[in-house]
Amino acid sequence: MSDRVLELKDITLQFGGVVAVNSLSMHVDRGEIVSLIGPNGAGKTTAFNAITGVYVPTNGCILFEGKKIVENYPHGKMKKLYAGSDNGKYTQHIEPTPDAITKLGVARTFQNIRLWKTQSVFDNVLIAKHLRRTSNVFTATFRLNAAEEKKQREETAELLNILGLYSVKDQNCTTLPYGLQRRLEIARALATEPKLLLLDEPAAGMNPQETLELTEFIGKIRDDFKLTVCMIEHHMDLVMNISDRIYVLNFGALIAKGTPEEIQANPTVIAAYLGEDKNA
Amino acid sequence: MDSNKKRDLAASVILIALLFLIITVLEQLLPKTSMIFTVLKKGSIYALVAVSMNLLNGFTGLFSLGQAGFMLLGAYTYGILTIPVSARAAVYQYYNGGIVQFALPVFAAILLAGVVAAFFAYLIGLPVLHLKSDYLAIATLGFAEIIRAIFQWDKIGALTNGSNLLRKFPIFHSTLFPFAVSAVCIGIIVLLINSTYGRAFKAIRDDEVAAEAMGINLAHHKRLAFTISSFFAGISGALLAMFQTTVQASQFKSAMTYEILLIVVIGGVGSITGSCISSFLFVACSEWWLRFLDNSDTFIGSIHLSMLRPGFRKVVFSVVIMAIVLLYQKGIMGDKEFSISKIREKLKKKKAEDE
Repeated sequence: MSDRVLELKDITLQFGGVVAVNSLSMHVDRGEIVSLIGPNGAGKTTAFNAITGVYVPTNGCILFEGKKIVENYPHGKMKKLYAGSDNGKYTQHIEPTPDAITKLGVARTFQNIRLWKTQSVFDNVLIAKHLRRTSNVFTATFRLNAAEEKKQREETAELLNILGLYSVKDQNCTTLPYGLQRRLEIARALATEPKLLLLDEPAAGMNPQETLELTEFIGKIRDDFKLTVCMIEHHMDLVMNISDRIYVLNFGALIAKGTPEEIQANPTVIAAYLGEDKNA
Repeated sequence: MDSNKKRDLAASVILIALLFLIITVLEQLLPKTSMIFTVLKKGSIYALVAVSMNLLNGFTGLFSLGQAGFMLLGAYTYGILTIPVSARAAVYQYYNGGIVQFALPVFAAILLAGVVAAFFAYLIGLPVLHLKSDYLAIATLGFAEIIRAIFQWDKIGALTNGSNLLRKFPIFHSTLFPFAVSAVCIGIIVLLINSTYGRAFKAIRDDEVAAEAMGINLAHHKRLAFTISSFFAGISGALLAMFQTTVQASQFKSAMTYEILLIVVIGGVGSITGSCISSFLFVACSEWWLRFLDNSDTFIGSIHLSMLRPGFRKVVFSVVIMAIVLLYQKGIMGDKEFSISKIREKLKKKKAEDE
């Protein structure tokens, strides 16, 4: 069963003369955990930003559950470069804002933790429930949405319970230890009721013990919430343990893809990470 | 938690009721011209506009300086719509009685004052809300100045009476009126801030990128906050017109916006109760308590205080403000709210420590 949740077709992101991502094509199937790895500056986070609508790709198209959510093909000078004479193909432009993409069911966490710093743990998750509201500003102000508000609060409490954050729910989020802050970011992303979860270096700054816990945790939420997960990670233990498939980027280009075993044996990947063996 | 909330709500209701009772009694006891009524009236009006500015600056993180412009819109809307038809010939003496030849009831006009301000805010918001921090401040400040200049333009004098005064519109006599209107409006703002939309505003303030990634539509929510804030600024403008009994565009200078900003900062950016407390303190200081400093005939015993002269009040006032800003860097209340249950908890803790 190949039920494509996310598909990237020829995604290119160019900033001036720098090609951050070069013609990246990849796909994530339902229920998979897919990792995106590569050395620093390989364009992994940029690819995430393109998926979530932060950047509009210079070229290419992104499909979510078979539906085009981002599409941009170059015009003017760039068009000749990419399209040649095939002009008719390149007419559509879909450039949604990040909130619209989140509403479709793509949630993300950030490489540098971006919690709402003045808010409590509970409120951080509760605010993320805002996008599934049915109330408008009038009904919300005059408390005509009490039932929905109650439901949101119950769901938030339940979510915090599942993720083991309920005991700290009234604390300010900045007082939490680092690992729990990362976990709270995941909780916040889950509150938006995503189908696809994008994790940007979830294990950054964690010790081996915490990383091990995180491995179990990601597997658990994937099963519990029926998620598809796509993550960027540098901890190879985590990546190799948990991933169904791996994509390797280097200098913006895809250099390898496959199962963890295939990637571990791939000479190009080893060269990219460790440098070429000059004697070979 | 919940019992505390209920207790707080009950306490606030009792406090507000008590305040109204005290004002009613005071109005019976003291002469109408007593300074305290001026302070209470103006203070309540400033409290409303300060809270509306706090909704933007403190809760949504949009640094806007257009408040005086929206107050002007509200004040003029109220004035133009409520001058009795019989008085129009006298007010619009240079413009053949003006073009508006009807008068609306007071409450309808106050509501419309808010609606007109909100409408203009919506239009202005479309282009300027893409700007961030200081740039937004400059754009909104510019808007307020442009509006003020336009309203003084004699080509549209048939509507705005040019640079002449608008007067003879109905005014309030009791202090209870501005108090009641302000209390209701501030109550609505508090309800908004504690609703799901208010939480979204705070998320935008704390981290725009994260807010957008979590599905909060930035453009929509910023426009919403800007429009609502201006709606209440418009209403406070109408109240200010009633308080002053006349309206003239030249009163709504940027200095007025800075006064309101000062109130917000002194009260604490992000604190509703702070804005309310500091607006009364501010008005009391500038209108009443420091007045004696302007009086050059002040004696202590037989010593003539020669440094006191008209304008000296402002020198002392500036020093007081500097002291407050230095000593209370986050304002009187910080971003906390005044609540009975918190004070009770603190007292309990202290008691426990003492024992």
